[in-house]
Amino acid sequence: MKIRVGHLYPDYLNIYADRGNIAVLSERARLRGHELAVQAIGIHDAVPVGEIDLFYIGGGQDREQALVAHDLAGKASALREAVESDAAFLAVCGGYQLLGRYYRDVAGHEQPGIGLLPLHTIADKRRMIGDVLLDCAWAGQTLAGFENHAGRTILDEGAEPLGRVVSGFGNDGESGHEGARYRRAYGTYLHGPLLPRNPWFADHLLSEALAHAGGPTELRPLRDELEHDAHTISAARARARGGKF
Amino acid sequence: MRFPIPLNLESAALRAAGKVSRLTGRGGGTTLPGKLLWKLDPDAIDLLAGRLPQGSVLISATNGKTTTTAMVAEILRPRMRVAHNNSGANLVSGVASTLLRAGGAELGLFEVDEGALPEVARRVRPKALLLGNLFRDQLDRYGELEIVAVRWRDAVAEMPDAKLVLNGDDPQVGDLARLHGGARLFGLDDPRRARPALQHAADSKYCLRCGTPYDYAAAYVGHLGDYTCPNCGHARPALDVVARDIELQGLDGASFTLHAPEGETRVQLALPGLYNVYNAVGAGALALALGVPIDEVAAGLERFSAAFGRFERITIGDRQLLMLLIKNPAGANEVVRTLVEGSTPRVAVIALNDEIADGRDVSWIWDVDFEPLLEGLDTLVATGERAAELALRFAYGGLPRDRIEVVPSLEKALDRGLELTPSGGDLAVLPTYTAMLALRKIVASRGHVTNYWETAA
Repeated sequence: MKIRVGHLYPDYLNIYADRGNIAVLSERARLRGHELAVQAIGIHDAVPVGEIDLFYIGGGQDREQALVAHDLAGKASALREAVESDAAFLAVCGGYQLLGRYYRDVAGHEQPGIGLLPLHTIADKRRMIGDVLLDCAWAGQTLAGFENHAGRTILDEGAEPLGRVVSGFGNDGESGHEGARYRRAYGTYLHGPLLPRNPWFADHLLSEALAHAGGPTELRPLRDELEHDAHTISAARARARGGKF
Repeated sequence: MRFPIPLNLESAALRAAGKVSRLTGRGGGTTLPGKLLWKLDPDAIDLLAGRLPQGSVLISATNGKTTTTAMVAEILRPRMRVAHNNSGANLVSGVASTLLRAGGAELGLFEVDEGALPEVARRVRPKALLLGNLFRDQLDRYGELEIVAVRWRDAVAEMPDAKLVLNGDDPQVGDLARLHGGARLFGLDDPRRARPALQHAADSKYCLRCGTPYDYAAAYVGHLGDYTCPNCGHARPALDVVARDIELQGLDGASFTLHAPEGETRVQLALPGLYNVYNAVGAGALALALGVPIDEVAAGLERFSAAFGRFERITIGDRQLLMLLIKNPAGANEVVRTLVEGSTPRVAVIALNDEIADGRDVSWIWDVDFEPLLEGLDTLVATGERAAELALRFAYGGLPRDRIEVVPSLEKALDRGLELTPSGGDLAVLPTYTAMLALRKIVASRGHVTNYWETAA
């Protein structure tokens, strides 16, 4: 089955090896007899609502993020509509911040986000940098990755985080929350990239994308020995040297 | 608190600390004396630097600073005694350690970490400064590229009297010329050697002034090249010192015509790769700015073989080990390109560590274009602390998993690589920084190379 992926601003937002996430989704789809068709959605491109099963947006440096923020605002209603219609969405780092209501930089300037996720972000001078380990009780799994952000992301009351921080800073270094999830949309600061060492989450996204595409959502298990080793080492790194204030 | 400094006494004690560090097997001990000095009396660094009769010269860049500095050292060697931090210790403490050992030297020649440049420049007050390039590297240490660029702008603004040598092919670096009268700009001019498209890992690809993507008449290495903004017209500045008619000779070397206001000469480098042409033209531009005649510049560049771990050839029995440091996407892409232009190795040992000096964030390996290696590769030996992550990079890049061996121990991986290399063949070893130091130590302990602190001037 064809899984249609819309990769937002791949030329601008690609700082932490976002193409690694796409490569993992593509190969894991192929190994199950599916085909990942990735379409770039750039500045001035329309969002083909209903024709995308999984959206992806990565992170950039402040400069690149500022360059796309204005264009993204024009795509806000189409992207919200897609998520309300059960498309899947993964947003990493800067892309995660842009999906919130706003981002306030250190100088106090507010950049509006698209309000797709129930959160806002306030930058601080001290960056939160280091290995991270999350417990995702909703999936009975853990996620291991690396974070590097100046923004403190605050979830709205009752909003669901992606996971609870076992080690590392997470959204704000205080709440114990990391990331956010809403319907089939997930935002997170974790890169590394995220999916190679957390294959269960890659498969979870593929299943949800397949559900949107109207296909069978069951995926044949893979052996994932290297993935398991990489996860174990990354998780151990977070336990040994994850950041905290 | 400031210690009164009987410098001679103090220097002797600090040098002794370095010796103890080496004797106790704590590695090179190259920065320990400097660290102590830095703690005891940071101002002593200014004083020691002030004693060098010819002053100091600083070189910084994300990629190529060790090689460029070593090239300048080789050019200057027949002319004067140079104090050079050739062990790669390039933070303030490393510069301080070199200054402590600088007795009798006339000139200080220091490669400096990008982030440490403002502090070192403030203390050493260089008479000349070469700035090579800015790529994304160790974002876990610096946050963002822009933060380093701002620090460089501040440092340049504070040194109006220093001779400034800049890579005009890098938009961020070339732009510093505006802040300084009389900067010398260097770059490449040979569109035949350009990449067909801007690489994935290119960084400064949007106009500094207006944010529009640059048009590249030629993109040579990452975002380095001949750029013009189609919207506002911001473009590569006119270059003073240029490499033209570049010939790449596989793994054996490269040659080019060095064109400068002082004249023109052909240079045959013993180092391969376009990135080494950048290093050479930068080193040449700096030496020319220091008043070295152009024929001496060319002769020095031609004598130069390799800085340690940077395209170093080490003979082990009847096999050759090629050690090529990798540390960020732009640099690693050039290593891959150069290897493939030689002839793709059939066995490669790639070592990924994640200590502070390597970058704790290993995501950069996913931004490297390793793919050109895949076709000719029979076996990848993935090693280092993050060997499994590296193996995943190649597996998802398309290398069949049965051709990947994960051997976390560096020593065992090296032996496995040698075992897989046919007699008379080359083994390509691509380590990150701390893995390179460890691997060099292993081959040194077997008597194949000397330890780097034993070669230190």
